[in-house]
Amino acid sequence: MILEQLINGLTLGSIYAIVALGYTLVFGVLGIINMAHGEIFMFGAFMGVVITHTLQLPLALAFVVAIAVTALLGLFLELLALRPLRGKKGVSHLAPLISTIGVSIFLENLAHHFFGAGNRPFNTSFSEISVQIGSVTIYAVQLVIFAIAVLLMVGLSFWLSKTKAGKALRACAENLEAASLLGVNTKKMIMMTVVIASAMGGIAGILVGMAFNSVTPQMGLTMGLKGLAIIILGGMGSVRGAMAGGLILGLSETMIVVFGESGYRDAIAFIAIIVILLVRPQGLFGQAAPEARR
Amino acid sequence: MRKSYKGLLSIFAIMALLLASACSGGNETSGDQSGDAAKDGAVSAKVGVISWLTGAGAGYGEAITNGLKLANKEIKEQGKVDIELITEDSAGKQEQALSSAQKLMNSENVSAIIGPTLSTEMKVVGPEADLNGVPIMGTSTTAAGIPQIGDYVFRDSIPESLAIPASIEKAIEKYDVKKVAILYGNDDVFTKSGYDTMKKVAEDKGLEILTTETFQKGQADYNAQLTKIKNTQPDLILCSALYNEGAVIMDQARKMGIDVPFVGGNGFNSPEVIKIAGDAADGLIVATPWFAGKDDQKVQDFVAKYKEEYGKEPDQFAAQAYDGMYLLANAIEKAGSDDRDAIRDALAETEGFEGILGEMSFDEEGDIVMEPTVLTIKEGKFQLFE
Repeated sequence: MILEQLINGLTLGSIYAIVALGYTLVFGVLGIINMAHGEIFMFGAFMGVVITHTLQLPLALAFVVAIAVTALLGLFLELLALRPLRGKKGVSHLAPLISTIGVSIFLENLAHHFFGAGNRPFNTSFSEISVQIGSVTIYAVQLVIFAIAVLLMVGLSFWLSKTKAGKALRACAENLEAASLLGVNTKKMIMMTVVIASAMGGIAGILVGMAFNSVTPQMGLTMGLKGLAIIILGGMGSVRGAMAGGLILGLSETMIVVFGESGYRDAIAFIAIIVILLVRPQGLFGQAAPEARR
Repeated sequence: MRKSYKGLLSIFAIMALLLASACSGGNETSGDQSGDAAKDGAVSAKVGVISWLTGAGAGYGEAITNGLKLANKEIKEQGKVDIELITEDSAGKQEQALSSAQKLMNSENVSAIIGPTLSTEMKVVGPEADLNGVPIMGTSTTAAGIPQIGDYVFRDSIPESLAIPASIEKAIEKYDVKKVAILYGNDDVFTKSGYDTMKKVAEDKGLEILTTETFQKGQADYNAQLTKIKNTQPDLILCSALYNEGAVIMDQARKMGIDVPFVGGNGFNSPEVIKIAGDAADGLIVATPWFAGKDDQKVQDFVAKYKEEYGKEPDQFAAQAYDGMYLLANAIEKAGSDDRDAIRDALAETEGFEGILGEMSFDEEGDIVMEPTVLTIKEGKFQLFE
């Protein structure tokens, strides 16, 4: 039983981690929190519903469509809500934050309009495949989710530290103006960041649909707040932090149900975060002087 | 870093503001003023309707007013009572429901009121109507304590505290249940009160409660709770949930290999469960006042007429409103005038009224007395549970 619960926790944690990766990437480069990320994630999930349930097409296509649509949403987000506010005199540093909140409200209502208020099913036979090891049942979906989460994190870390584009991105994160002076196409880099982060949200959306079969227009808000909490826990802008934070939150939420009261699930998970932050205010993997990042 | 903390604080402040302003809007709509002159010999009366017609729950109000209008049309054709319906929108809000009620009672001078839609609205409108001596009947208010508000407050919607025991009893009979697990939403008044009833019934019946688990609205992952329930090996799962969460719970439970039946509350009773959970919904047992598949001429006539008039299947709310209208018309006919007190007394005396929901009476408190129908989902359809 404990093993099964551990796997449940890891699955939930992996999904949290992928959502948080999207936040952390945008925060790392732009220094803002993208409040529309949760809603982009929700759109990814709905793309899965449309492809697998409404159109009865294979799951693989759902991934492709979700990534494409959320990447496009990310592009629009950057072009319409973020870029017009960047680098202008007199624009408050909170302005892009507010505009992303606007986008999030817009997207939620759009989903409401297109897909209805209720829960939508996610039809895929894939989610029923399971392996029985002793008394423990492991689902293929759970393995896939964990694998995708690890792959994304490793891939992202590798891309950031080893490739030229990744280095350019980190340079942008360090100092946008300096990077621009040194010949980095910052406009392109920022756009790429937002698009990649959004596509990751789309992947997470499909995974949630596969794992839990629960997709609603409101799911972005809950997931979004958890993602925010995770990047604060893991350290703002840290890729490893997002991963570790996501797993910690997922596991602690599950373990609370196992050993205690399921009613305090969220409360205790967030209390754990507060305690960790008291000990390490910069987050688990955060840098001590992030002021220099901007 | 300090800067970003400040940023975060402001986000949460903004989010709070957003939540606070999330629900707004909604206008009063009045309609259905069929100003026919009273026919000879017919008792004419004005009846106010307060319903949730704009906003998130507009679907409920639509079903309710449709049911009322259909019943009123038939009543008019029968020619014994001539009722003018005056409809007001409450937008699902207490204060708007109250001002609508005041308008209906004081300026429109109605003889009786049907509505409002929500129990929370009834909690403020009921005492006001009782004070003014206007009989008021809720057709969708199921919370505890509604008819106890006063002598003038009635309802024809069966409370969960009656529906749930009926379904649990039948499930015990059929499956020889000894051990149960309970799962409920602890952040909603409705699902919480459903849980209280379930717990009480389980204790009264001497069932062993293996574990009690909770969840919150909008949760997506129930695997942790369900794994725990699975390992206690219950004969039956009592699940107080609204259909959105409930359907997902059933889906995840079936995938996990939990194949015991579920007993749900009224919030679980929706065809949406089948739409969302598919095959996984099989084995859900609910008690309901309304079953459209009932083998009864009255019921089938109503379904056909409703479909013809509004182009969709009537739901529980339409059916309860339809019967509510008839109950009131019946009382007005018996009272023989539009006098508020006479109507109240006639309404209170209602006994053995044959409606589409079944045989209905009011007890001394004004609460409905009737036998709910117990249904189960089998092969993707709601069927009588026997």
